[in-house]
Amino acid sequence: MAARKSSSKPNVSAEELLKYYKDMLLIRRFEEKAGQLYGMGLIGGFCHLYIGQEAVVVGLEAAAEEGDKRITSYRDHGHMLAAGMDAGGVMAELTGRIGGYSKGKGGSMHMFSKEKHFYGGHGIVGAQVPLGAGLAFADKYQENGRVTFTYFGDGAANQGQVYETFNMAAIWQLPVIFVIENNQYAMGTAQNRSTSTPDLYTRGEAFGIPGETVDGMDVLAVKDAGDRAVKHCRSGNGPYILEIKTYRYRGHSMSDPAKYRTREEVQKMREERDSIEQVRSMLLTGKYASEDELKAIDKEVKAVVNAAAEFAKESPEPPVEELWTDIYV
Amino acid sequence: MATEILMPALSPTMEEGTLAKWLVKEGDTVSSGDIIAEIETDKATMEFEAVDEGVIGKILVAEGTEHVQVNAPIAILIEEGESADALPSVAPPASASVVASEPAAAPVTAAVPATPAAVLTSTAVEFDWPDGTELRQQTVREALRDAMSEEMRRDETVFLMGEEVGEYQGAYKISQGMLDEFGSKRVIDTPITEHGFAGIAVGAAFGGLRPIVEFMTFNFAMQAMDQIVNSAAKTLYMSGGQMGAPMVFRGPNGAAARVAAQHSQDYAAWYAHVPGLKVVMPYSASDAKGLMKSAIRDPNPVIFLENEILYGRSFDVPVMDDFTIPIGRARVWREGSDVTLLSFGIGMQYALEAAEVLAADGIDAEVIDLRSLRPIDYDTVIASVRKTNRCVTVEEGFPVGSIGNHLSAVIMERAFDYLDAPVINCTGKDVPMPYATNLEKLSLVTTDEVVAAVKSVTYR
Repeated sequence: MAARKSSSKPNVSAEELLKYYKDMLLIRRFEEKAGQLYGMGLIGGFCHLYIGQEAVVVGLEAAAEEGDKRITSYRDHGHMLAAGMDAGGVMAELTGRIGGYSKGKGGSMHMFSKEKHFYGGHGIVGAQVPLGAGLAFADKYQENGRVTFTYFGDGAANQGQVYETFNMAAIWQLPVIFVIENNQYAMGTAQNRSTSTPDLYTRGEAFGIPGETVDGMDVLAVKDAGDRAVKHCRSGNGPYILEIKTYRYRGHSMSDPAKYRTREEVQKMREERDSIEQVRSMLLTGKYASEDELKAIDKEVKAVVNAAAEFAKESPEPPVEELWTDIYV
Repeated sequence: MATEILMPALSPTMEEGTLAKWLVKEGDTVSSGDIIAEIETDKATMEFEAVDEGVIGKILVAEGTEHVQVNAPIAILIEEGESADALPSVAPPASASVVASEPAAAPVTAAVPATPAAVLTSTAVEFDWPDGTELRQQTVREALRDAMSEEMRRDETVFLMGEEVGEYQGAYKISQGMLDEFGSKRVIDTPITEHGFAGIAVGAAFGGLRPIVEFMTFNFAMQAMDQIVNSAAKTLYMSGGQMGAPMVFRGPNGAAARVAAQHSQDYAAWYAHVPGLKVVMPYSASDAKGLMKSAIRDPNPVIFLENEILYGRSFDVPVMDDFTIPIGRARVWREGSDVTLLSFGIGMQYALEAAEVLAADGIDAEVIDLRSLRPIDYDTVIASVRKTNRCVTVEEGFPVGSIGNHLSAVIMERAFDYLDAPVINCTGKDVPMPYATNLEKLSLVTTDEVVAAVKSVTYR
């Protein structure tokens, strides 16, 4: 149960590395675009951007198999894109249009895709943790060999229901991976002000749940840890905790001026630890790809995001009848 | 000096029990703390200890006797050397009947008094089964268990989870025998963590199962309120219809007896407030059974509000292979022309008792059991009010924002011109439930209050 530093570079193919690069870049560009549309008034309400944390979901998706499930909090755009959901459908949900994944009725924080086994998108801090264990409960009941990635933040890690869930997941040996995305700030409260002990990966010790801490700015380290967690769960050993140390560059939500940390702190992280830059330099120095090839990827990603934004603007608002549908089956 | 050993009360709502077994015989010496008998309540079989030392002089109630009233003498304890023959004659237990297998042991033959509810079953005018269907008396408790078991046999994805539902056989014995039949994969004991296991159950429903979540009482479901409302009720809408929570949250709701403020609250109006939930609150055993089966099959989250006091009451239940009652349909229990009494759950007890009292005064009350509180069968309500022109609602919950308040508003909107008097809401009082017997009684709605309300709206 000790902390495992997994910084050793595993063997990785050019194809894999390029996929990680592209998937992370898509999230980054998508979120930047979402920020723009928010500024233009096309997206309303709360909008929590994932910029900076891209390696977490891309690394873990690389460890998942078809049919595995995922569930997360309201900072969910990255998870959806990484799960293979359509960028246009996600963006149109942000703009509240009929073409969105929830027909415009869920918004940024409440989106789902049964097809991609993405179970939300939940707006109440920590509530997705028992829900995720419940998905794993259903998998175990149905003996289908699936695992569930249950994401939550360092803030949610202090919610009581998380520990109720740890206990039951351990008693019932549920195939659930608890992914703590520790971006160091629970909204505006730094971890050292909100959390009695800093090592969240040890939070399962009282329940006999193994955990490890992972460098969340290193997509290969995340993938590697994800593989270990998946193997543990899929072979019937019960839950596993990954504390993934990451960092969000933007405020908690679009309306957060982020006065609780210095500009320098953010800048230093961007310059020295950025996950996309790390892969980019790995691709170039390892001669996996040329500058031109990466430029082509950048262009391709930008086109996907622009098309998503166009779709999200042009898709009509939901017809008024939608007010009254989907309340009951 | 000889003392009487009395039938003990072993649960808050126990009124009578079965003297299952004597562990001593006449002439045995006992001291305080010795287990002298096993007594079966409606919830469990309990050991009963001697509280004094002495000799069992006479056993007054033979083992196997059912329906022994609380506080009835069951044996005589004499002092060492005292003769049992010299005992003064002791009043026999107030009432007792004996199971057929042990007729010889019957010390008394008094008839079992039927509960008021059982008498009132005959007044129902609307039935949910075809004419001529065979009926059987069953308790609400048995009806609920049968409904769950039948549905679990029918559908592999249905399972029951909650505190003490398995090995303990249910805190209120609702799930008795189910662990034996279905095993621990499908009858799951949880730790005492309502918030957590409610959330796990909602997640399991998202994942394709049909959970039945038992709350030991709905008072404890307050801990799980966020998962019930924010996760179970709203996900279908928030996902644009992609996924929802086909599941049942069930357990006793409302006041039991003498368990005071934190264990005595009626949540009917709370849950009925929430779009995305269905809410039912049956009174009779047949409704408990038919609605439970429908609730389990329903693709939406259903709040199923039971009542501890009603668990042991017996009603007619049809003997049918697959008896269901659609959610959202009220039942006319008694036809009448002078006033409409609207109630649900245990409130029906007061409504029906009041109707009897009023009948003696020449006031003919129509009594409607709503059964479902979301959706509410407004058409039946409005049709009745248009006929009687007067309405009194009856419920045990708090008065502010009550079901009665809502019904009053609907009646005002849809039947204003038919009303000959304002609608009166009879509710529990606007106070936390007190513990003291007298205050507890005062805090609940009473039959007298219902009678007075009817007299007021009928200007008598």
